[in-house]
Amino acid sequence: MAEKKEALFSKKNRKLMTDPLDGANPISIQVLGICSALAITVQIEQAFVMSLSVLAVMIFGNIIVSAMRNLIPSRIRIIVQLVVVAALVILVNELLKAFLPDVSEKLSVFVGLIITNCIIMGRLEAFALGNKIWPSFLDAIGNAIGYAWILVAVAFFREVLGSGKIFGLQIIPESFYEAGYMNNNMMILPPMALITVALIIWAQRSRNKDLIEEN
Amino acid sequence: MEDLVNIFVKSVFIDNMIFAYFLGMCSYLAVSKTVKTAVGLGAAVIFVLGITVPINYLLENYVLKAGALAWLSDDLADVDLSFLSFIMFIAVIASMVQLVEMIVEKISPALYGALGIFLPLIAVNCSILGGALFMQERQYSTIAEATAFGLGSGVGWLLAIVAIAAIREKIRYSNVPAPLRGLGITFIITGLMGIAFMSFMGIQL
Repeated sequence: MAEKKEALFSKKNRKLMTDPLDGANPISIQVLGICSALAITVQIEQAFVMSLSVLAVMIFGNIIVSAMRNLIPSRIRIIVQLVVVAALVILVNELLKAFLPDVSEKLSVFVGLIITNCIIMGRLEAFALGNKIWPSFLDAIGNAIGYAWILVAVAFFREVLGSGKIFGLQIIPESFYEAGYMNNNMMILPPMALITVALIIWAQRSRNKDLIEEN
Repeated sequence: MEDLVNIFVKSVFIDNMIFAYFLGMCSYLAVSKTVKTAVGLGAAVIFVLGITVPINYLLENYVLKAGALAWLSDDLADVDLSFLSFIMFIAVIASMVQLVEMIVEKISPALYGALGIFLPLIAVNCSILGGALFMQERQYSTIAEATAFGLGSGVGWLLAIVAIAAIREKIRYSNVPAPLRGLGITFIITGLMGIAFMSFMGIQL
C-alpha cells in the first residue's frame, strides 16, 4: 500500500507549493486578487492579517471543495463555491472582530471582499474541483503564500517610505528628520500601491525573461 | 435632489471604485485590451450595480440590521442578523446576475449579444459586492441615495475601464521596456490616472 501511494512531499507535490511563489505567482503573473492586494497595503500589520485570513479561507475552502468535488453538480458549482467561501469568510470576520477589533476596523469591507477575491475562486475552480485533498491543500498554501509575500513586500515599502515605520515602530531615527529628511506622503496614497506592484513585476520579469508578455 | 447629485458625483469621481478602492481590478485588467469590450463590461457593471445596491439596501434595512425585523413582530425587535450579510449579499448578487441575464436575453437579444459573455463574470467582480458592503458601511438614509451611489459607482467604473482601454490600444505602438509590457505598464498608467483623479478630492456640490 505504501509503495503505491505517492510520497507526501514528492517532487510534484513540492512543485505545487513552490510554483506560485514565483513563476506562477497569483498576483504578478496570474493577475488574480489584485483588489485587496492594493487597498490594504498601507501598513504591514494590515497586510499581514489580511494574508493570514486569505490563507485560512483558502486552505479550508480548497479542502472542503476538494472533498465534495464528486458530489457537486457542475451546473451549480459556482454557487456552491460561493457559499463555502462566504461561510468561511463570515467565520474569519467574526474572529477578527472578536480578537483584533482595531485591525478589523481598518480592513473594513476588504475582509468581506475575500469572498470575491479571484485567487480563491480561481484556485477552487481550477484546482480543488479536479484534485484530491492533499494536493489541494498544498496548492492552497502555495498560492496563499505567493499572495502574502507580494502583499507584505508592498506594505513594507509603503510603510517605511510613507511613515518611516515597520509594524508601527519607528525605524527611521529622529536625527534623520532633524537633518531634513521627510516622509514621502505620496506612498500612503492609493495610486502608489499600483506603482509599487508594477516595480515588483518589473524586477521579477527582468530576472525571468520567460514571463515577458506581448504589449 | 441636491444630495442625490452630490452622492452620484462623489461616487463617480472621488470615491471611484478603481482609483480609490481598487475594486474590480481583476476584470479591469483582463478586459481592458480593446475599447469595445471595455464599454460592454462597463455597461453591464452599471446595470448590475444599479439593481443590486438598492435590493441589498432593502435587505439590510428590513432583514439584517439590528432591530430591522421589528416590522414583522415585536418579539423580533432585538434580533441582529448582520453576521449573515456577506452570504445574503453574495446570494442576491449571484441570483440577480442570473435573472438579469435571462431578462436581457428575452427582451433585447442585441444587448444580450453585446453583454452576454460579461454578465456571468460580473457575479464575482469585487466592485459589485464592494458596492453592497460600502452601502452597508456608509448607512445611506434612503433607498434613492443608495441607488444614486450604486449608479455613480458603476459610471465611475465604466469611465476608468474605457479610459485605460483607450490608452492600452495606443500603447501597443510604443516602445515599452520589455519586462514592463502588458501588466506592468498597465499598473503604472492606472497609478498615474489615480493620481490625476485625486485632484477631484474635496469637490462638493
